Order: sequence, then structure tokens, then C-alpha cells
Amino acid sequence: MTIASLIDSPSELTDAASSKTAIVLMTRIRLARNLSGTAFPGWAKPAQREEVLRICREAVAATSPMKRSLNITVGELSDLEKQILVERHLISRELSGAKGGAGVVISKDQAFSVMVNEEDHLRIQVLRSGFQLKKAWNAITELDSALEDHLDYAFTPTLGYLTACPTNLGTAMRASAMMHLPALVISNQMEKVVRAVNQLGMVVRGLFGEGSDASGSIFQISNQTTLGESEGEIIKRLHTVLQSIIEHELNAREKLLEADAGKLFDKVGRAFGILQNSHLLSSGEAMNLLSLIRLGIDLAVFPDASRSVIDRLFIEAQPGHLQHAQKGEFDPAQRDLLRAARLRSEFANFAPPNFSFSTNGKN
Amino acid sequence: MANPLKCDLCAKPATVHLTQIVSNKVHKVDLCETCAQAKGVTDPSGFSLADLLLKASLNPDTPAAGGRCEQCGFTQSDFKKHGRFGCPTCYEAFKGVVEPMLDTMHKGTTHTGKIPQRALERKSIYDRLTKLELDLTEAIKSERYEDAARARDEISQVKQTVPSNPKSAR
Repeated sequence: MTIASLIDSPSELTDAASSKTAIVLMTRIRLARNLSGTAFPGWAKPAQREEVLRICREAVAATSPMKRSLNITVGELSDLEKQILVERHLISRELSGAKGGAGVVISKDQAFSVMVNEEDHLRIQVLRSGFQLKKAWNAITELDSALEDHLDYAFTPTLGYLTACPTNLGTAMRASAMMHLPALVISNQMEKVVRAVNQLGMVVRGLFGEGSDASGSIFQISNQTTLGESEGEIIKRLHTVLQSIIEHELNAREKLLEADAGKLFDKVGRAFGILQNSHLLSSGEAMNLLSLIRLGIDLAVFPDASRSVIDRLFIEAQPGHLQHAQKGEFDPAQRDLLRAARLRSEFANFAPPNFSFSTNGKN
Repeated sequence: MANPLKCDLCAKPATVHLTQIVSNKVHKVDLCETCAQAKGVTDPSGFSLADLLLKASLNPDTPAAGGRCEQCGFTQSDFKKHGRFGCPTCYEAFKGVVEPMLDTMHKGTTHTGKIPQRALERKSIYDRLTKLELDLTEAIKSERYEDAARARDEISQVKQTVPSNPKSAR
């Protein structure tokens, strides 16, 4: 598979049919793995990195989920292609900035990606739309075991899988869910939630991971610790935390409706107006407006079927995807014009808001 | 007092006893008056026990300090600079640095999750083969032909159980 055909086929995230869940947009699990007796990527010499890259790419490509995959080095990717892969969560920002001897293998359906020579030799990742921690774990452990047949992993019985950073030791697993939490943001409860979640050993981050902002009220929640618990226990604990965040978000929505439904519907209605008529939209503002429309869908202001359109637009409003669709490179001001035009045309045919049923609509 | 507590940082008797709960885990530190002052413990707002524990373990004056990884040449000051290790063997080389850190960093200090079973079995077979081949050479050298024959037979036996070819970037 080539990078061009991968970019033009729908990803797990932009796949219209798969958007069923309201609050959890996506589940993701990643495993860090290293080859025994070999320097970690950050310390390895260029020749060692190249050797690891060759061995790992070959081993990954031989597994069954990676049949007809995209198997490419970072050096072969253009800046725009890298940006698109980052926006689809298929590679990390760190990998996209790698100098040499780094690469990625991405499955045809874009559900699996394996980064080679990021912080660790292998970063195996699986993406599933919706709230599917168990399914995601089953898929990734199978791929991991298949790789184990070809590669000697660095492992000790007491420390588990050895990783470049000691914070990833043990299971070397990071399981996360991407959640849409607009009511908690509107009612200023996110800070409280973040603190409570931290207390439970989980971390809250923005849409694009560490250091990114939470535009669109989208947050990533993941486990912080990796050693001392099995993968199953971590996933179970995360599941419980996510369930309780979902309940808090639903409660916050009910409270907002009870306290002042008019104010909430005003936000949704105005967002719709701006998306239909504006001529300049930054990606941050676009995300926030789309988030309000998505909340409107959950509140039955818009039909359910529109949710997948919004989830697709969340990705397509990002700078990389926007420039790819427009077939060119544009500066930020030009992009804001193009983004607004794109969203105007999308919302010209969008089902108009219907606020009459919404007072009973509790998702 | 029969057994007075000693300061965690120096060996003087401890007079300041701290308990802090981080991520549902209890951490206790005992300090003498001087160390408590030096670490700013008297100012509760600016003090984190986790920091103190971590710093104590990374302090180059502690006995755990020094050393170099034989496998990759990584040193402890490299770790302080990068926050990452050089290679898997570093975890053995810098055991004294890693172990105290794990307690504050993780939920436990021992792995209880997935084990790469097939890879470990393969490794134990290869380790066994290496040892047998060494035995064989030794036996031939010292003209112990019965031992040599036994080693040779065992080698061919073990080789039959060898699964697919492993790869590592050595």
C-alpha cells in the first residue's frame, strides 16, 4: 500500500459507519517493546538504528494484520503526509520529527500502526472507534504475540518489558480513551475531574497528547502507571474510571438543561449559525463549534445520523487534512478561509436544528 | 528508645517524620532536623515527598551512584540528563538507581502482567545450546571423549526442539 492511497481511504476514525458512541470517540492501546541486547533508539548509533529498523519492519510486515500494509520510513514521508498521520493518531509527533532510521508500518484499515525507533524500538498501537477497551486489548496482544515469534524482546521477570524510560516498565502498556466532555467544560468542572482522575492513577491530556490543548472539549484519559498490575487489571480500573466520567458528563448535561436550557440551546444554535455563515475559522474555533453541534446531536437537536459527519469533520478541519483536500500548502490565514468555506458547504446541507424535542432529550 | 529512627538522607537520628499519600499509596520519610530544613520540609506548600524520594535516589553522593553500563557505555549522569536509559542492560547496571524510583513511580515494583512465553522458552533453549557447545569443546580439548559424545547427542536433541529463527540486532 502507498501513502497516497492510505491517506485517501477512510481511517478507523473517519469511518462514517462506526460512529455509534456518544461520549467515547475512540479507544487506543499502545505497547512499548524493545529488542534485547540492543541500545534504545535515543542512544543507538545511526548504523544500529538502521539495523533495528530493517529487522523490525520485516518482522512487523510478516504478521497477518499487516498484510498489504503501508511500510515506510520517516525520511520517505513529506511534511504534509507526516502531519496527516499525526492528525489521524497513526504516528506521534516525536516520530514525525525523527532524524533518521525511523519508520512506521500501518495496517490497511488503519486500525494498527507500529512505529519503529520512536522512544522505544517498537511502539505497537491499536485504534478502535467507540468504547472498546477489551476488543482493543485482544487485538493488540495477538499482534504482539505474533511479533514475539520473530523478535527477542527485552524482558525480565521482575521488571517486565524493559523500556527506554522507567515510567513505562512492566506491562509497557498505555490504554486510553478519547472522550467528548462538553458539559463538564461548560460547567467548569473539568479541573475537578482532572484532579480526581489523577488521584486514581490516571492521566488526562488534550486531543493530541502531552501538552496539546483541549479544543473541542476532547480529552484523552489513560493509565499513568505500568508496573505492579497486569494489563487486565489496568484496563478494568481504567474502564471503571471512564464509566464514572461518562456518568458525570451526563449529569452535567442534565443540570445544564434544568438550570437554563435556553442558554445551552443558544450556544448550539449560534454554533450552527457560525458554521453555516462564517468566512474565517481557526482550527481551534472550528473544533469548539463542532463540539457544540455534537452536543446538540446527543441532545436530539440534530438527528443521530449526523454524529459521524461531525466526527469526520473533527479530523478534516485539522491543518494537514485541510491542505491535503485543497491540494496545496497554505499559510494559517489562508487555511482559516478555506476551512470556513469547507464547513459552510458541509453545513449548507446539514439537517436544521430542531429544539422542540430537546427538552426531553437526555441522550 | 531502643531503636531510634535514622534520617533517610544522613545517618543522624530522625526527628521529623513525614507521611504523604500519593496515588493512594502511603510514603513515609524520616529526617533529621538539618536535612528537613535543607529540603524545605518546614514549608509544607512547596514540598513534595515524591520529589524528595526521587532526588535522594539520584543524588550522586549516595552509595548507589556512579557506574557505567558495560553493554552500551551509558553512565548515570547520562540518565540524569536524558531521563531515559541507554539499553536494556542498563536496568541491571543501574539497579541501585532504578529500584528506589519504582516505588514512587508505579503501583508496584514487580511485573505481574504478560510474559513473552515463547521468546523466553526460545532463549532458554539457546542458552542451553551455548553451554553444551562449550562443554563439547572443553571435553574434546581435554580428551574426555565420553563426555564429548554425550554433549554432542544432547546438542542434536535440543536442536530438534528449536522453533523459528530469532532475530536481534546484535
